[in-house]
Amino acid sequence: MPILKQDDAKTLLSKVLSFSKADECQVSIGGGDTGNVRYARNSVSTSGSVSGTQLVVVSTFGKKQGITTINEYDDASLEKAVRRAETLAQLAPENPEHMPVLGPQTYAPAATTYIPATAAMSTQMRANLVDQSLGIARDAKVTAAGYLEDSAYFSALMNSRGLFGYSTGTNVNFSVTMRTDDGTGSGYASGGYNDIADLNVAAASKAAAWKAARSGAAKALEPGKYTVVLEPAAGIVLLENLYGALDARSADEGRSFLSLPGGKTRLGEKLVDEQVNIYSDPWDERMPTGNYNFEGLPQEKVSWIEKGVMKNLFYSRYWAQKKGVKAVPFPDGFIMTGGSASLEELIKGTEKGILVTRLWYIRAVDPQTLLYTGLTRDGTFYIENGEIRYPVKNFRFNESPIIMLNNLEALGKPQRTVSGEGGGSAMIPPMRIKDFTFTSLSDAI
Amino acid sequence: MGIGGAMLSRIPVLGSPVPPGMPLETVDVALKKKMADVALNAARSKGASYADVRIGRYRNQFVITREDKVLNTVDTESYGIGIRVIAGGAWGFAATDKMDNDGIARAAELAVLIAKENARLQKEPVQLAAQKGFGEVSWKTPIEKNGFEVPIKEKAELLLAVNAAAMKGGASFVDSSLFLVNEQKYFASTDGSYIDQDIHRIWPTFTVTKTDDKTGKFETRDALSAPRGMGYEYLSPSGSGKINGVTALYRDRYDMLEDARLAAGQATAKHAAKSVEAGKYDLVLDPTNLWLTIHESCGHPTELDRVLGYEANFAGTSFLTLDKWESKKFNYGSPLVNMVADKTQKGSLGAVGYDDEGVEAKEWELIRGGVLVNYQAIRDQAHIIGLKASQGCCYSQSWRDVQFQRMPNVSLRPGKAPLSPAEMISKVEKGIYIVGDGSYSIDQQRYNFQFSGQLFFEIKNGKIAGMLKDVAYQANTQEFWNSCAAICDERDYRLGGTFFDGKGQPEQVNSVSHGAATARFNGINVINTARKI
Repeated sequence: MPILKQDDAKTLLSKVLSFSKADECQVSIGGGDTGNVRYARNSVSTSGSVSGTQLVVVSTFGKKQGITTINEYDDASLEKAVRRAETLAQLAPENPEHMPVLGPQTYAPAATTYIPATAAMSTQMRANLVDQSLGIARDAKVTAAGYLEDSAYFSALMNSRGLFGYSTGTNVNFSVTMRTDDGTGSGYASGGYNDIADLNVAAASKAAAWKAARSGAAKALEPGKYTVVLEPAAGIVLLENLYGALDARSADEGRSFLSLPGGKTRLGEKLVDEQVNIYSDPWDERMPTGNYNFEGLPQEKVSWIEKGVMKNLFYSRYWAQKKGVKAVPFPDGFIMTGGSASLEELIKGTEKGILVTRLWYIRAVDPQTLLYTGLTRDGTFYIENGEIRYPVKNFRFNESPIIMLNNLEALGKPQRTVSGEGGGSAMIPPMRIKDFTFTSLSDAI
Repeated sequence: MGIGGAMLSRIPVLGSPVPPGMPLETVDVALKKKMADVALNAARSKGASYADVRIGRYRNQFVITREDKVLNTVDTESYGIGIRVIAGGAWGFAATDKMDNDGIARAAELAVLIAKENARLQKEPVQLAAQKGFGEVSWKTPIEKNGFEVPIKEKAELLLAVNAAAMKGGASFVDSSLFLVNEQKYFASTDGSYIDQDIHRIWPTFTVTKTDDKTGKFETRDALSAPRGMGYEYLSPSGSGKINGVTALYRDRYDMLEDARLAAGQATAKHAAKSVEAGKYDLVLDPTNLWLTIHESCGHPTELDRVLGYEANFAGTSFLTLDKWESKKFNYGSPLVNMVADKTQKGSLGAVGYDDEGVEAKEWELIRGGVLVNYQAIRDQAHIIGLKASQGCCYSQSWRDVQFQRMPNVSLRPGKAPLSPAEMISKVEKGIYIVGDGSYSIDQQRYNFQFSGQLFFEIKNGKIAGMLKDVAYQANTQEFWNSCAAICDERDYRLGGTFFDGKGQPEQVNSVSHGAATARFNGINVINTARKI
């Protein structure tokens, strides 16, 4: 412990199942090690290390289910956990929507998500990386606040019908905000990867320092509709709200932006600009993800929006059965296609517009139109004749990702991007969008 | 940052499911003291100049239903130890669930190792405000009925009855939930404190949805309950403290059945409500709405860690900079605005005996007569604002996470002159009366905000003229609080709050209450949020 090898996980879970007397039993184990360093005011503030695993036992009699967990692994403790789950199942109310556990599944070989070098990160290595970032802040005469976290994890799943799945992974996430000492400028950069070798703390820190230095003495523009160039870190926080809303059941029930009169939905309709293609692919080398979900459903390559047409929605196993379609699990990562243009080239092609480097505090305003509000943050610039002319004060926006993707002008090259709000990763291109709706100005820097 | 997004997706994943209905097992205090001493001694022996230990058993229970179905009953429990040290002048932290002497000592040693490694990146050594040790003491939320001891069946039946009431009232769908929290936490430090606390919280809530097949539109109305630092007695309506107006409003007891029945009618009525005309209005904000505005526009900007820049990379900084406080005349709001911070208010989410670094709970002013007079600080920040002692704002969501500065209850004091909401409304010519919290967003320095609500009523010439929809109000914090023209008296004072105030990296949640009486704000910008896709 904490990271079990596949054979050891299989042996342990088989032993747990051998104690089961329920109609069905599903057991899973997961855990790992994480380490982090947090810094602010050009100095380390907090840091830590956490290690642990947990075993979950789900026992079912008919449509009655009980769940228990334990993190002690002697035989007596394991049997006690199974007995408790069974007792609970007998006491639990029936759930008419309960679905039986899945039978054995065939999973295509998973992409490589576990990188030994990331798993081997030490306290000293983390401190050295943070030291780089602090050095760049000192040289640039700005104040840095940032966060570095790495983790190595595993999970395994087995049930009484013979299903077994096992996966491992590593992650490293870094983000940094640099602010000018007079408080008039701020810049942000972030990155998240499976492989520590892909993370360039120095480059990210320099990018943040550059934005901080360029964003001081911002001018106020009138709120209104503007052409915007959204950096991927800005685009992801709006798009992740679109992804999360692609649920078949709520659309069918008439309580989604995808609902239409008479119980119909927009599935199959062209909803956004034909440049928009969004899919998920666990084997994409740029952002590999797991090959099964928490229930053991295989994750496959799925096209969600193709040439602007809504192609697929998520179907829970219950809703899929009710509707007579295949269950489609929520993927671990989305990929939006783009072109080959760089951010700089998108800016070059902009006659007049606003460069938005980050959006913040995104909240739903109206689920019927997927309207969201939020603000620009940490570097917002006016573009004229293809050049960044000057920094502008931050705006509040009220915009729907559906309206935004209908107003799409151009896409750049997708980048692996970490959401500054939810923390999830996605492949997001820089985007140029016309008529983006800014509703007020903010004094925040 | 602020309060978490979608409610159900933000259930804190602090622990692992354990059997619902399992008796609440507490760990023997003598054993916890022994474990704490193992950690403190190990940390000291490795060179820590200060150490504290939190041994926590954190228990949550969720009962989740929709219409006539109980979707899930989940009990989570998490047990472990978090050890924080100062070594070489820097903080270090390590946590483990290996609760034998060896596992605890190893975690303490790792915390010291991390502190020493980080000390080379430290500009100035950590400076802790002095704190006397309390010896062996304890504190418990003063609950009347422990929710964990109420049978799961009884809770499920209540929620199903709530759902039935909503469906009978015309709802198309209803989702309801009951969340219970119990933090059994033991704190010990090298200052000589051994503090055992038993904290309880409860939150019953629902969302009623009314769809219209002909138009394809849908409207919702969320519960007007508040998460509270109470036991199951919150769900025993007594009739006392209830406020009847455009809808039923509740103080210290919540009638969930009644609220669901009313919600169904109101969700239906929203379909026919007039879409608001954008412009300036005088707003009358019920405490079910105003608590969230207080949270975002006063609670967060007075957090000293934000003021100093510790949250610059995530939640943000604050417009309430130290120079404004030092001036002793920064005009945050109108003279009517008095904001108080506390960790002591009975029935509130923030109430504890001691914070998570062994400081006794207290109350202090933040805004007095509209002027900024103080912040929220912990032990390693107190000296920065000239305090000799911490204000007791340190909190961690679990044993796994390091404690840091979190928001105490922050409340608007009620008005001194007798004034009821009805009397307040009667004096408004052109206004909107807003009940319940809805969409919310504020910038990273807490200047520009936008809030919505659950129910909106047009006020014309002192009278409620009908229901509105598509309403959101936008303002600048300082302008908004300076437009505060009247506050109802203490008869109308109620608590709102959240389980999911988010801040920090890695992000942690904090539970916090905000008290207020209905208040009036003049000339606030209202936008129309209706769009077509």
